[in-house]
Amino acid sequence: MDLIWDGVSEAFRLIFGGDKEVAEIVLLTLRVSATATVLATLIGVPIGAVLGVWQFKGRGVLISIVNTGMGAPPVVVGLVVMILLWRSGVLGGLHILYTPWAMVFAQALIALPIVIGFSMAAIAQIDPAFRQQMLALGASRSQALWIMVIEARLAILAAVMAGFGAVISEVGAVMMVGGNIKGETRVLTTATVLESNRGEFGTAIALGTILLTLTFLVIAALTIVQQRARIR
Amino acid sequence: MTKTPAVELRDVKFRRNGRLLLDVPSLRVTGHETLSVIGPNGAGKTTLLRVLSLLDRPQDGTIIHDGDEIHSGGDALKRRRRLAMVMQQPLLRNTSVWENVATGHHFRHTPKAEASRMIGEWLDRFGISHLADRNARRLSGGEAQRVNMARGLVLEPDLLLLDEPFNGLDQPTRLALLDDLWRILKEIQTTTILVTHDRAEAQALGSTVAVMLEGKVEQEGTPEEVFSAPRTEKIAAFVGVENVLSGRVIESSNGLTEMSVGRGHVTLIGEFPIGEELVLGISPEAIVLEDPTGYATTTSARNRISGTVTRVFEMGAQARVVVDCGFPLVSLITGRSVVDLRLSPGAPIVASFKASAVHVIRNGQLPRSATDRDLIEK
Repeated sequence: MDLIWDGVSEAFRLIFGGDKEVAEIVLLTLRVSATATVLATLIGVPIGAVLGVWQFKGRGVLISIVNTGMGAPPVVVGLVVMILLWRSGVLGGLHILYTPWAMVFAQALIALPIVIGFSMAAIAQIDPAFRQQMLALGASRSQALWIMVIEARLAILAAVMAGFGAVISEVGAVMMVGGNIKGETRVLTTATVLESNRGEFGTAIALGTILLTLTFLVIAALTIVQQRARIR
Repeated sequence: MTKTPAVELRDVKFRRNGRLLLDVPSLRVTGHETLSVIGPNGAGKTTLLRVLSLLDRPQDGTIIHDGDEIHSGGDALKRRRRLAMVMQQPLLRNTSVWENVATGHHFRHTPKAEASRMIGEWLDRFGISHLADRNARRLSGGEAQRVNMARGLVLEPDLLLLDEPFNGLDQPTRLALLDDLWRILKEIQTTTILVTHDRAEAQALGSTVAVMLEGKVEQEGTPEEVFSAPRTEKIAAFVGVENVLSGRVIESSNGLTEMSVGRGHVTLIGEFPIGEELVLGISPEAIVLEDPTGYATTTSARNRISGTVTRVFEMGAQARVVVDCGFPLVSLITGRSVVDLRLSPGAPIVASFKASAVHVIRNGQLPRSATDRDLIEK
């Protein structure tokens, strides 16, 4: 018990004491996870919408792949990204392994199936007759799809939150492709693992507390937006 | 004078999962008119609208808008943007009433000023200007249906398709909206196809009525034609002629025909070959009931038949009385008459109706063809 209490007070000291290293870690964590989530949203929502609405050959297979992706172990994703970004890998020419961009890449890949899956479910909730009515009012196929995304915006925001929650708390993949390099690719999760390995449980708990608080704040902000957007 | 119809279907067949849902050899809608398509649920009315609105492509046949055959792709989108279909359920977007009505103009990229002017005008026409800023999900059923219609009409389409626009509304709301829609349709003179299962709505709004049963347009004509002289038994059963009788011609001369129906006889106008089987329709309003113990009167009614009351259904000020005259007859009379005539099951009664109140419904088993139709018009 004492350990946890010490950790929490250490967290307060680190946050409010203006510890430069911790501040850098927090900022990088936010930057990486936010960028990854934005990317996953930009790519995932349209894919989710198409999968949720249009009927085409191979749709079932794609949905199965997405559903598998939603439960894929991040370590495996990390491994794949690492192989891709390796100097001799397909994307080796980018030279981004062990940089924050590699972490963004891996995290976006983890968030993508989650965003697709939830968006797909959100849009599939809408009465199919709604789409027909939009077409009957003169929408092109893509306009009808877009208006359904807008209609499902609250549920899609939940998809974004789920994606963000998954990547900010993820440790395996960022460790593998980022390398947990101090001052460069160290984020809250990897730092927490490092501190507890070194037996610095106080610091580990402090970092864990910061991570938890950060996640809470971001999700709370998104929730407020979501609730506001509800029926005015 | 042959005018190019605004919309025309030729040999259209639409199937889903192997089931033939729509089979329309020919349907033409003249410009600036309102066609009411009436039929029971599941008759294919909505499918007809979906085909006309180019949402569903029929497997066979041609759709012609303004004399042009509709093909596929971009052409269809351009055509779709010249029509508007209002579906049964007011599937409104989760946003303000104004934004909902603006939806179709967004799709068409209508210049903002012009769109705003039209939206304002149509909110006003449907009496919902005061709701402009309200969320559309917070409206009553009647208000939502008005938004639904304004959303379609604001596009000022060449062709307006309305699917059961009064479904699920309570009576006063329905009547108010019916009234407004009638006035608006008169004003704008847009070619309109209205689908309904309600005879009164069809009659109130349509200059032409088409009866649809089991995916086929069975009869088309003015409301008077269709409702007073349904062409087949099935149509009669649907449009509400309750007395549908079948019998054989036993005599026919001097423009009058006598038929044996059940254990009784019926006289009607027209001449038919002796021995021919016909199906007759008599509307319940046309049948007068008399006290059999009264003085024998001389009347112009060619049909005076003694019978027995079998059932009396009282419905407010009116009553439906079923009389056995050797065949069952339903008469619609006032509740007062039920009391005055002391009508109850088993009571003897005389039913009378004029020969001209009997119309011939061709048996549905006869081949449906042009000659069939000519026979009736003779």
